[in-house]
Amino acid sequence: MAEVRIDLVSKAFGTIQAVEDLSLTVADGEFVVLLGPTGAGKTTTLRLVAGLEKPDHGRISIGGRDVTGLPPAERDVAFVFQQYSLYPHLSVYENLAFPLRSPTRRVPEDQIKATVTRIATMLRIAHKLENRATRLSGGEMQRVAIGRALVRRPSIYLMDEPLSSLDAKLRGELRLELKRIQVELGVTILYVTHDQIEAMTMASRVGVMEEGRLVQVGTPREIYENPATVYVATRLGQPAINLVPPSVLPQVATPPGTATIGARTEHLDIRRADGGTGTGIVARIEHLGDQNHLHLDVAGHHLVTLTESDIALDVGDRVNLDVRGALFFGADGRRIAA
Amino acid sequence: MSGLTQAHSVVAPSTASRRISGAIVIVYAIITMLPLLWIFATGFKSQSDAIAYPPKVFADPSLQGYVNLFTTRSRQTPEYMASLPPPETWYDELVRKQNMVIVGPSKFGARFMNSLIIGFGSTFLAVFLGTLAAYAFSRFRIPLADDLMFFILSTRMMPPIAVAIPIYLMYRELGLSDTRLGMIILYTAVNVSLAVWLLKGFIDEIPREYEEAAMIDGYTRLQAFRKVVLPQAATGIAATAIFCLIFAWNEYAFAVLLTSGEAQTAPPFIPIIIGEGGMDWPAVAAGTTLFLIPIVVFTVLLRKHLLRGITFGAVRK
Ligand SMILES: Nc1ncnc2c1ncn2[C@@H]1O[C@H](COP(=O)(O)OP(=O)(O)OP(=O)(O)O)[C@@H](O)[C@H]1O
Ligand SMILES: [Mg+2]
Repeated sequence: MAEVRIDLVSKAFGTIQAVEDLSLTVADGEFVVLLGPTGAGKTTTLRLVAGLEKPDHGRISIGGRDVTGLPPAERDVAFVFQQYSLYPHLSVYENLAFPLRSPTRRVPEDQIKATVTRIATMLRIAHKLENRATRLSGGEMQRVAIGRALVRRPSIYLMDEPLSSLDAKLRGELRLELKRIQVELGVTILYVTHDQIEAMTMASRVGVMEEGRLVQVGTPREIYENPATVYVATRLGQPAINLVPPSVLPQVATPPGTATIGARTEHLDIRRADGGTGTGIVARIEHLGDQNHLHLDVAGHHLVTLTESDIALDVGDRVNLDVRGALFFGADGRRIAA
Repeated sequence: MSGLTQAHSVVAPSTASRRISGAIVIVYAIITMLPLLWIFATGFKSQSDAIAYPPKVFADPSLQGYVNLFTTRSRQTPEYMASLPPPETWYDELVRKQNMVIVGPSKFGARFMNSLIIGFGSTFLAVFLGTLAAYAFSRFRIPLADDLMFFILSTRMMPPIAVAIPIYLMYRELGLSDTRLGMIILYTAVNVSLAVWLLKGFIDEIPREYEEAAMIDGYTRLQAFRKVVLPQAATGIAATAIFCLIFAWNEYAFAVLLTSGEAQTAPPFIPIIIGEGGMDWPAVAAGTTLFLIPIVVFTVLLRKHLLRGITFGAVRK
């Protein structure tokens, strides 16, 4: 394990600037999650670290060693791909053993067997070792793909949405397992995801990417509570943060220059307004089971908030909104201190 | 295999449609195989049965065609025949019945060997070079890649006869006329374009993440190519090899023009096997039958690869 430094790295594909002046340091034993919408440059960033792409400029070092010019094989990283994870012509065992069989490593056969068995047991796929890689369920394939990385002890594990194709239940399970393994073994991981729950629950730190740039890095809590921009604020939170102009919530005391108020569920206190005096109207109630999404219509703007499932409100009811601790953003999208 | 079938048909075919398509396939197979069966049968007829009119479907089996194919013979006077010691072998005896003696082996063995060397040699080279070129076109950013691919294909657009004379003259200058090396180079050049195009299609289908994963795991590109790409391209390589071999094996126009002795292949040789007073049809048929064997064996050996199809089952989509 080792510290990984990405220093002002850029990469363009033709006219598309996939990654722009990106700097990020992943400390030894840290679990850093890159979060961002599709096309933000997350995969490209991982590929740059792995050496599968050459940066146009910038420097990448692993454990203090400049690896910018080195081929992937000499960088000592492991990669879990977004797609195409397993070799279809090999068995599960052979897939797991493949990284250990590489000519640069020359691991003795009995040691390969021990490692593969240990990892397979840990990922609960030991009973599938003799199967063809193609004869597995999606979740099993994903475990094997993660296992292929875990059989090695590289400086850093690069994981590109390793859980994205799984159903919610399995994703939840593997999320816990992966985090447990990371903590137990103390490994360094740079992890890409769309999924904010993964980001919130697994990350030591989250990096939010937008159009090739890293716009903010911080602990999940910092990113959630202190987003630097409107864009970052929208990346975390379920339901998404409500963004409205100050005129919609005149009761809120806004700092000068405020163009947008960002109000999350916990910033909103909703009370039924008697006598038809409230500023908002309940437009829709979505029952999620244990909780509700409450859709409000406030001065022509649409707000969504989370409420208890037993809330005594009906569609058409008028409500009053109290706002506490909301976030304020200027016209350029930057945060303004309250 | 079942996965492949399911992918193409939404519902399982009914018994009736199965039977009908089965019948069509059988009828078609009989029609296409009839000439082959006739050639096969003719190889075991005597010369008189072979040219009998109306044609004889069933004739007394005779190995005369095969003996004539492999030998040269000369006719002798009855007195001379009577003076000979008793024949030592069954084929000696067969020849003597026609008042002839075996003078020596024919050139068929040598011609057949030429066909084997030139056919398999050029197929190997075309597939080898084609695989490497196709991999490069598929994986690397090559300047003018599209134009180069078109150029490669364009070498196949001209009919052989249009380039035969320049090649003939060039080969004469280079001393490649009537040499096996010359024929191997020529057939490789013709086949490599087909090989590049076919194989590029197959290799494009193999996700590059497979090699990238291997390279990250400590393999060089060449090792990743061998361990990951080649096994998955096996189907395409087998299919390409069969196409290349069929072309090189059957090629006639260049062979007639560029080979006459040393390097002559079987196709120009077989049809000109002359017996006494005309074509020796049983010998021609025997030669054709033997000529078909290698390609049938090769195809059957590679059939497993052809049918297996490409498995992309481990793809998460
Ligand atoms: N090999 C390539 N050639 C050309 N453009 C590319 C290539 N790889 C990536 N890009 C472009 O670079 C940009 C960033 O791509 P990247 O794959 O890094 O996005 P991502 O954040 O991983 O997205 P996703 O969440 O969909 O996986 C995209 O606009 C993409 O089209
Ligand atoms: Mg991606």
